Amino acid sequence: MADFMQQVVAGLASGSIYAALALALVLIHRATGVINFAQGELATLSTYIAWTLTVNHGWGYWWAFVFTLLVSFLGGAAIHQTIIRPNEKGSVLRVVIVTIGLLILVNGLVTWIWGGEVRAVESPFPSGTTEIAGVAITTADIGTIAVVLGTVAVLWALFRYTKLGLAMRAAAVNPAEARLVGVRVTWMLSLGWGLAAVLGAVAGMLAAPSVFLDPNLMAALLIYAFASAVLGGIDSPVGAVVGGLVLGVGLNLIGTYVDFVGVDLQLPVALLVILVVLLVKPTGIFGKAEVRRV
Amino acid sequence: MRPGRTLVPVVSFVVLAVVVAVLPSFVSEFRAQQLAYVAIYLIAIIGLNVLTGYTGQISLGHGAFMAVGGYTTAILMADHGVKDIWTIPLAGLVAGAAGFLFGIPALRLSGLYLALATFAVAVSMPAVLKRFEGFTGGGQGINLFGIPELTASLTPVEVLGHELAFNDWLYYLSWSIALVGYVLAWLLVRGRAGRALRAVRDSETAAQSSGVSLPRYKTLAFGVSAAYAGVAGSLFAIATTYVNPDTFPIALSILLLVGVVVGGLGSLVGLIAGAVFIQFLPTWSQQVSKSPGAPSVVSGALLIALMFVLPMGVAGLVDRLRLLTRRIYHRPSS
Repeated sequence: MADFMQQVVAGLASGSIYAALALALVLIHRATGVINFAQGELATLSTYIAWTLTVNHGWGYWWAFVFTLLVSFLGGAAIHQTIIRPNEKGSVLRVVIVTIGLLILVNGLVTWIWGGEVRAVESPFPSGTTEIAGVAITTADIGTIAVVLGTVAVLWALFRYTKLGLAMRAAAVNPAEARLVGVRVTWMLSLGWGLAAVLGAVAGMLAAPSVFLDPNLMAALLIYAFASAVLGGIDSPVGAVVGGLVLGVGLNLIGTYVDFVGVDLQLPVALLVILVVLLVKPTGIFGKAEVRRV
Repeated sequence: MRPGRTLVPVVSFVVLAVVVAVLPSFVSEFRAQQLAYVAIYLIAIIGLNVLTGYTGQISLGHGAFMAVGGYTTAILMADHGVKDIWTIPLAGLVAGAAGFLFGIPALRLSGLYLALATFAVAVSMPAVLKRFEGFTGGGQGINLFGIPELTASLTPVEVLGHELAFNDWLYYLSWSIALVGYVLAWLLVRGRAGRALRAVRDSETAAQSSGVSLPRYKTLAFGVSAAYAGVAGSLFAIATTYVNPDTFPIALSILLLVGVVVGGLGSLVGLIAGAVFIQFLPTWSQQVSKSPGAPSVVSGALLIALMFVLPMGVAGLVDRLRLLTRRIYHRPSS
């Protein structure tokens, strides 16, 4: 039983990382109706920036963390302003291709600057375990869960309690009317892209210590995040977080207790989750049904 | 229909076929091999364009159908002693069936969701290939080099009185299939079926209310485009004489989409440019930088730039030039 609980907690830790990235996808999808295929690669780029600051420039981990979040925010907003916004008017395909282009571009850029080697990243959390009710939990897992939940709470408060958050929600739900009441819609959407980049950066920096840092750090993670977002409902922020946690725990348990799946087939299982949810209940657990205009 | 509507494509196609036929006499065997890969990419992106460009169904996972074709060929050759050229139609059939089957659940997915699902298929394909080791050779893959089923692998093959070394043989084989595939795709998209596919792309609701069966044409498009990918994958396996899970990475799927976009969505004329782009991009980007990341940076930047200035790719450029020349030469007489 203790072993089972340990697997659950480990699953929650990786699940919280999926949740952060899934939340980034959901934020952008709600605001601009786009799935950002480059979200994972942007997170990888952020992680490399943090790594360089700590290893090559001797910054303290948390200073580098905060600075990276700031850079990611500005980068995300800039990307929306420069390359996404001009292409939003066209077909869905056009925006998808732009984000795919961004995916390739950023992946190549990371390889260009930092090379393709796999690097170990030190965890910011002390090693060791804490015992809670007979279950030994690593400090890193607790730290990961805490940082993600903290970030999500801050974002939630921003959207729920501030005027800015209200404006951002208005811009996403009904851009035309929001504009009429004086919301600067494009800037709100850019803010959304910036916040999404911040969430991605959090996911990347927390994931790097356990899976090593290389230019393809986020490829698999992006699929898990897609699966989480789809599972929770692609337009539901709560759904993304719940979906991420459920997927993290589920995959970890299946990987541990179902020999056929093991570690190798976790990615195809995530794919299966995506397909089954889209076919059986396309709106996910928390999503609302989409109304199609003729 | 004006006679020019069919005359121009037929004449340009004949010119293309002649160029393809005589080209190996003028280039090195190494260049012939590179050009064979151009033909292989061309086959794959013709198929992808039927699905994405004409029918509007985004696939980010066509590398997975290439993998199905490639592994079909490799397994048939290595384990069942089938001669390479006979595995090509079989690979097309198996991949086509896989595409048709994937098309059925894909019916319920549109736009972004389909892109997402196909992306996930391509990303998880290597993991599946590694897991079913008994069948696919696992991470080791399947080696085809030097086995008797591989034509011209060790000794030249004689075709119509000409001795062809492996690379020249590969060139003619790939280009023959590519040209046939080109004609078949042209016949498909210019006829009744092509009109139905374009109707599905432009508005599903409108197409449906005009009596176009969405399930039939979407699964048809998936099946056809996967069959093309399967044939391309089969030739790819023959050309590299080796398959393993990393032969068909997600990068390949993305590159195919890049090729279609460069060539022009919903048009066949530009696709050769798209295929040339895929094949020679790594060589060209070497001139920008020797870094392994350079090809990705160049193709990513180009992809984004194209969406700004030329969303219809090379075909769009051809169209614009045609309009321009028409304006110059055909001044209104009255």
